[in-house]
Amino acid sequence: MSINVTRRQFFKLGGAGLASSSLAMMGFAPEPAEASIRQFKLTYAKETRNTCTYCSVGCGILIYSKGDGAKNVEQNVFHIEGDPDHPVSRGSLCPKGAGLLDFVHSKGRLEYPQVREAGTSEWKRIGWDEALTRIARHMKDDRDANFVQRTAHGETVNHWTTTGFLAASGSSNEAGYITHKVVRNLGMVAFDNQARV
Amino acid sequence: MTNHWVDIRNANLILSMGGNSAEAHPVGFRWVTEAIEHNKAELITIDPRFTRTGAVAQDKAFIRTGTDIAFLGGLISYLIETDQIQHEYVLNYTDAALIVREGYGFEDGLFSGYDESTRSYDKQSWMYEMGDDGFVRRDETLQDPRCVYQLLREHYARYTPAMVSSITGIAVENIQRIWKKIAAMAVPDKTMTILYALGWTQHSIGSQIIRTAAMVQLLLGNMGMPGGGVNALRGHSNIQGLTDLGLLSQLLPGYMTLANAKEQDYRAYIDKRTKQPTVEGQVSYWKNYEKFHVSLMKAWYGDAANEANNWCFDWLPKLERPLYDILDTFERMSKGELNGYFCQGFNPLASFPNRAKVTKALSSLKYLVVMDPLNTETSEFWKNYGEYNDVDSSQIDTEVFRLPTCCFAEDEGSIVNSARWLQWHWSAAPPPGDARPDTRIMGELFLKLKQLYQEEGGVFPDPILNLTWDYRIPADPKADELAREFNGRALEDLTDEQGNVTRRAGEQLSGFAELTADGRTAAGCWIFAGCWTEAGNQMANRDNSDPYGTGNTLGWAWAWPMNRRILYNRASADVQGRPWGPDKAFIWWDSEQGAWVGADVPDFPTNSPPSQGQMPFIMQPEGVGHLFAGQSMVDGPFPEHYEPFESPVPQNLLHPGKEKARNNPAARIFEEDREALGKPEEFPHAATTYRLTEHFHFWTKHAELNAIVQPQQFVEIGEALADEIGIAAGDWVKVSSKRGFIKAVAVVTKRLRPMMIGDKQVHHVGIPLHWGFTGVAKKGYLVNALTPFVGDANTQTPEYKSFTVRVEKA
Repeated sequence: MSINVTRRQFFKLGGAGLASSSLAMMGFAPEPAEASIRQFKLTYAKETRNTCTYCSVGCGILIYSKGDGAKNVEQNVFHIEGDPDHPVSRGSLCPKGAGLLDFVHSKGRLEYPQVREAGTSEWKRIGWDEALTRIARHMKDDRDANFVQRTAHGETVNHWTTTGFLAASGSSNEAGYITHKVVRNLGMVAFDNQARV
Repeated sequence: MTNHWVDIRNANLILSMGGNSAEAHPVGFRWVTEAIEHNKAELITIDPRFTRTGAVAQDKAFIRTGTDIAFLGGLISYLIETDQIQHEYVLNYTDAALIVREGYGFEDGLFSGYDESTRSYDKQSWMYEMGDDGFVRRDETLQDPRCVYQLLREHYARYTPAMVSSITGIAVENIQRIWKKIAAMAVPDKTMTILYALGWTQHSIGSQIIRTAAMVQLLLGNMGMPGGGVNALRGHSNIQGLTDLGLLSQLLPGYMTLANAKEQDYRAYIDKRTKQPTVEGQVSYWKNYEKFHVSLMKAWYGDAANEANNWCFDWLPKLERPLYDILDTFERMSKGELNGYFCQGFNPLASFPNRAKVTKALSSLKYLVVMDPLNTETSEFWKNYGEYNDVDSSQIDTEVFRLPTCCFAEDEGSIVNSARWLQWHWSAAPPPGDARPDTRIMGELFLKLKQLYQEEGGVFPDPILNLTWDYRIPADPKADELAREFNGRALEDLTDEQGNVTRRAGEQLSGFAELTADGRTAAGCWIFAGCWTEAGNQMANRDNSDPYGTGNTLGWAWAWPMNRRILYNRASADVQGRPWGPDKAFIWWDSEQGAWVGADVPDFPTNSPPSQGQMPFIMQPEGVGHLFAGQSMVDGPFPEHYEPFESPVPQNLLHPGKEKARNNPAARIFEEDREALGKPEEFPHAATTYRLTEHFHFWTKHAELNAIVQPQQFVEIGEALADEIGIAAGDWVKVSSKRGFIKAVAVVTKRLRPMMIGDKQVHHVGIPLHWGFTGVAKKGYLVNALTPFVGDANTQTPEYKSFTVRVEKA
């Protein structure tokens, strides 16, 4: 079965966020001559293998980005789809995963370090060095003032309970590992991730 | 998961309870429908609501929230009394025959050893009895009144169908029909898989609900079997990995534990964790604990850790309280006992219970650091958003730093799925603006602190100044370097017993069997050893072939431990090492090769013949699965039903009139939070929170597509309740608990029906949790305004799934 659509309707369908390639497979195809006007949009894209960031099924995804590969040209992600080779997901994505592209380009993405000073009601943009320098200062002052080497009973504990840390179960093992390495060696014990809740 | 996603297709029966995978894990759920289509499996769902999982189930029941132990405990009694258990399995692969010490008992809802003043148990009487040979005593006939099997039988004899019905609200005939179907899985060549999620975890008895499920699976002979197992469908993409890496208050990587303050002696600390076999000849793999521990210390401290200084044992923090979990931390924070807090990809204002208390706690901090790709509610807890966040910024003195991080698409590394697969991913593009990877932020922050300690000195700088930090770019450690570090490497040449070199110094280790306790190996997370070997990055493997047709793709990614896909898989064969049935052949003993062979990497010593008598549960000192949890649980060796801390039912029907046994007697609750619990007269409805298929927690309200398909906050109420309080579909309602309120649109539905509990009618209120005051969806109320500040006795996971509310027209 083939459904006739005009070129204009075809682009409209494509523009609604559905992959034009699969539309063609399903029998939605414009008149042949017109279809060739637009190239397959993934032709010159860079394909990167990744894993869906939401639940723990771990569906394989293919991220398509553009940029011509030249020096100093940055890639821009423009399409994400399921990885058909993946033995669990076999190319599928769920309603959450189908929106991954909008997560990458969300208006809610943070772009610059900021500080909200005590008692104020707004953010102020600051540089990374200033942010990390101020944070490190806070940490050291608190650690030096409140680190407990021995309890009242004389037991060695070497812990720091007045600053705590929540780690991210959306981050990679490598980020998790280095976070654990740093946090624990500062002596922190009030340390959890989403697995606690 | 003890098993894995694709393996669900091998099940003959699927029990979905405490989860709604069709909506929360839709792509994984396709393996459930695959089992229904191609393996003639039945799906049974047991849930307070009619869910999309239930919509495709062949059988279902509706259960009052928080009463799962009653249902499963009754099932255990039914299996025993009707003798529908897998006999050879239960006798040999479980502790059914082991004898429990004199003194263990259970009375008036309390186990022996209870101390009301500390709300805790002395577990001395919860132990097996040792014989003169130093090993646990055993009764092969299962008749000894103190053998685990008889104690188990006695414990659950109280869970009659009538009792289970009166607690759970499920009619007796429905209970019995479902029990019968489950009992049919006791034959050796049929398996049931159990799928659960946070609907089991988030209760004050959550850990024990899950344990009851494991006990059912042991009685049915379903652990270690293809199509069997107890399968936690985990929520976040790498929540398994962060658990494995030990980012929890009491853990070290690989499920090792920090010392408590009483454990001052290194040798005693190690000995306590070094589990020697308590049944003769068993593997008891934790006997290698010191190898894992010393290798971690070498990974962290390098040459600074040596035998003479106990491998820097005192450099690790020790615990002065059992847990510094999030409830404990926010309790202390709300009292002004914390000065600083970091939220790395975590949104506690939205995610933690009793939002009013969380706001108070965050407001008392001196500094808060938020590292996130998104503009979270937590980062703006100080900002007024009207009724959605009614605060006065000028009264909040917390200095808040917000650091932009990469998201998945801009990040490289591995994440662990629910099936324990470590899958590598690559970065597709740079992050927006000046966002940075978490690895770099942690690296730079650490180097700044180290520099301050070098320049100024300070308190106990030793672990900071000596932490190994040999990364190519010290301020920006790369994923490959970190992965190689947690896999582990040889620091000196390793040799076998004949003195032959088996591993050159500097080489990556092939697995944890190579680790040593003498400082010759370093490994940051022993259970991940094997993920990045001399053969390269195993996590990036991409061969999806399935040579045995079992759905076991050993060449795809890498699973811990040692690429094993089904844990305890030795139990998929009988005592002689033969598969339990032709359809369930998975691994078996090949006498010609003198090895275990088959579709998986054996979770067992490869060359240990069946005649040697080693049993499948190699991490347990007895070699068998535990029906009796001697020491691992804080709230009882057998699970017992207790009511949620907020319940529409005024007493525990198993223990009427026994106030101490109404709620979990070993669960911790702070005084202020106990006072903030509602009474059934004022808050009569059972409430439960959950997710929708279009959304992921508080993230997707920032993604346009998801916000479009599910823009508006709502709550679900049944038609009967709507009639009772005069609500029509689409009306705005106010839902209140003793701690706060939300307003939302009412969805009046047939999906929630009233239940008779004793002589009382109980309504459930369903509360999806995805809205907040940041993002592109319509603004909404954080539902954790409602939830109680009390957690599971073992894990302190908050009781989000069972509490009480009142619903009225807004």
